[in-house]
Amino acid sequence: MATALETVQDYAAKAYKYGFSTAIESDMAPKGLNEDIVRLISAKKNDPEWLAEWRLEAFRRWLTMEEPTWQKVHYPPIDYQDVHYYAAPKIKERPKSLDEIDPEIRSTYDKLGIPIKEQEILAGVAVDYVWDSVSVATTFRAKLHELGIIFCSISEAVHDHPELVRKYLGSVVPAGDNFFAALNAAVFTDGSFVYVPKGVRCPMELSTYFRINEMNTGQFERTLIIADEGSYVSYLEGCTAPQRDENQLHAAVVELIAHDDAEIKYSTVQNWYPGNAEGKGGIYNFVTKRGACRGKRSKISWTQVETGSAITWKYPSCILQGDDSVGEFYSVAVTNNAQQADTGTKMIHIGKRTRSRIVSKGISAGRADQTYRGLVRMQKGAEGARNHTQCDSMLIGDKCGAHTVPYIEIKNRTAQAEHEATTSKISDDQLFYCRSRGIAEEDAVALIVNGFCREVMNELPMEFAVEARKLLGISLEGSVG
Amino acid sequence: MLKITDLHVAVDGGSKPVLKGLTLEVKPGEVHAIMGPNGSGKSTLSYVLAGRDGYAVTGGSVRFQDADLLELEPEERAAAGIFLAMQYPVEIPGVANNYFLRQSLNALRRARGEPEVSAAEFIKKLKAVAERVGVDPELLKRDVNAGFSGGEKKRNEILQMVMLEPKLCVLDETDSGLDIDALKTVADGVNSLRSPDRGMIVITHYQRLLDYIVPDFVHILADGRIRKTGGKELALALEEQGYEHLLGEAA
Repeated sequence: MATALETVQDYAAKAYKYGFSTAIESDMAPKGLNEDIVRLISAKKNDPEWLAEWRLEAFRRWLTMEEPTWQKVHYPPIDYQDVHYYAAPKIKERPKSLDEIDPEIRSTYDKLGIPIKEQEILAGVAVDYVWDSVSVATTFRAKLHELGIIFCSISEAVHDHPELVRKYLGSVVPAGDNFFAALNAAVFTDGSFVYVPKGVRCPMELSTYFRINEMNTGQFERTLIIADEGSYVSYLEGCTAPQRDENQLHAAVVELIAHDDAEIKYSTVQNWYPGNAEGKGGIYNFVTKRGACRGKRSKISWTQVETGSAITWKYPSCILQGDDSVGEFYSVAVTNNAQQADTGTKMIHIGKRTRSRIVSKGISAGRADQTYRGLVRMQKGAEGARNHTQCDSMLIGDKCGAHTVPYIEIKNRTAQAEHEATTSKISDDQLFYCRSRGIAEEDAVALIVNGFCREVMNELPMEFAVEARKLLGISLEGSVG
Repeated sequence: MLKITDLHVAVDGGSKPVLKGLTLEVKPGEVHAIMGPNGSGKSTLSYVLAGRDGYAVTGGSVRFQDADLLELEPEERAAAGIFLAMQYPVEIPGVANNYFLRQSLNALRRARGEPEVSAAEFIKKLKAVAERVGVDPELLKRDVNAGFSGGEKKRNEILQMVMLEPKLCVLDETDSGLDIDALKTVADGVNSLRSPDRGMIVITHYQRLLDYIVPDFVHILADGRIRKTGGKELALALEEQGYEHLLGEAA
């Protein structure tokens, strides 16, 4: 009979279920990055003048910046000239109806368990599908349109709603914010756009499904969500990629803006290819996600379940500008085999009586290494602001690591921040207890890990919680005995 | 239904013998009490029956309903109908007690090729059983054993046992940590499971439990073997005279 440790050592044998690739003709830019490539992307996307300029400016900024090295992850230097910055499935025009989508792409989404048509009808979830660099389909649009909600690819938004895009793009994550954000601003090719008008409660989950297919391509999508006064929206992103030996770069930017009394709930189930057991291949997931609670009593809530990627490096953050605004961050990060993750959040309290809550659950197995890094900053004017942070780590086996690096900066005497942290292990006692009640070893591990993550899983929208629970089980799957 | 023959078991990587030739047969409908001083091997016996790691069987055999029990994984033993009410039940944070029990029940049913129970059916039965064994309905919603008092943990074990309806119940010092009222409720729960086709092994330090769960046989385990076997009166004699005297007599 295997012990907890042995079970987990077997996890190395687990297979990534989404690792197939699809043979489809692509329109690709040559490898490398220079002003011509940026202009080529602008031309491909038919950018308006201001956006083309914005990209070039971002590119020039990027040239002057250095890749950061302060994070606790290790990877060989990335050759930014060895990447295709544009890859799109060869279609003359964006399909007008869902029936026009390339059957190969459709069948890929079917294999991933998210059939485009059926998902629309059955789940009542509006979905935007991003394939390599471009959005291939957005479902449920008409119904949303009746309510005045705009949900489309950002490329379309640039043309159809230029005033909104121009006003908000880069307003939360400026083009020169950091190395990867600048890169993204220069070469982003698609992503999702959401605008929810005043007083409208979006009646369904909005979702984007990202898929990297081509070899040697980077995926640089950009998502922009604006919730106008008193509105509410819940948004979910899911991600997979084929199994490839080389590393692929994913450098996305997400910007959220919540006005007075508005609420945005942003959930991520990230399952990019993590690389093989020896750490070969896998996605570098270097993402900048930030939300601005601009309005009074506004709320932004990030929930993430991170099981994939060779390296995950991101800090979904909230800038709490509006008085009485609320920021939340709920995270489950699973690292197994040779995966690395340096993730956490930033809560910047500016407005009075702003509140934030951070719940981070890290599970490390195999030889994986994982760091929670969080910043809670109470600015001078953050009268009566509060934060509560809870960081729990679970170690499976004796070769993995978990680290917690909380930064707390308080510049207002009335502000309060609390930090709690725990580290635990799945014990042989717990496994034996479950098994003696008839629950097989793998199911027992999944049960115990899901229990450990319950607080975060409860924050996921119903439809996705079930999927996320299964994913946790799969990520830690191993053959018994 | 259970036949243990000349069982030898060692711990600490096989270097320290604990059971040294234990033989015991439990037939359907019988209740066997096992008593013995500390370190005699009582808990080792219960863990070996349930299939816990770290106990090396160095000799002998255990047959359960015509199967070689020692060949089975713990979950397979549970599916075959063995239930161990543990001395130290384990906490599982974040997993609701009722959810856990339903997972357990359905896992056993699947393993036996039976259909899973519906949520409604399960809840109905759970409520009735909880009342019978004196488990506060609030405890059903809390995390498995987390923050339970010693008595609550033991009652929760009996709740699981009654819900899962095993063929062979093994109770490892279920009475320790229970006050007299709790002891009675727990005994009622156990007695409700007594039936002509179910066997029980009740491991205890004290005769007190056997006033309420009246055994058919009492065995005294000392130094890794059954040293004396009798009826329920043996427990009373033991209470009066102590192990040393009784075993001295037997020796």
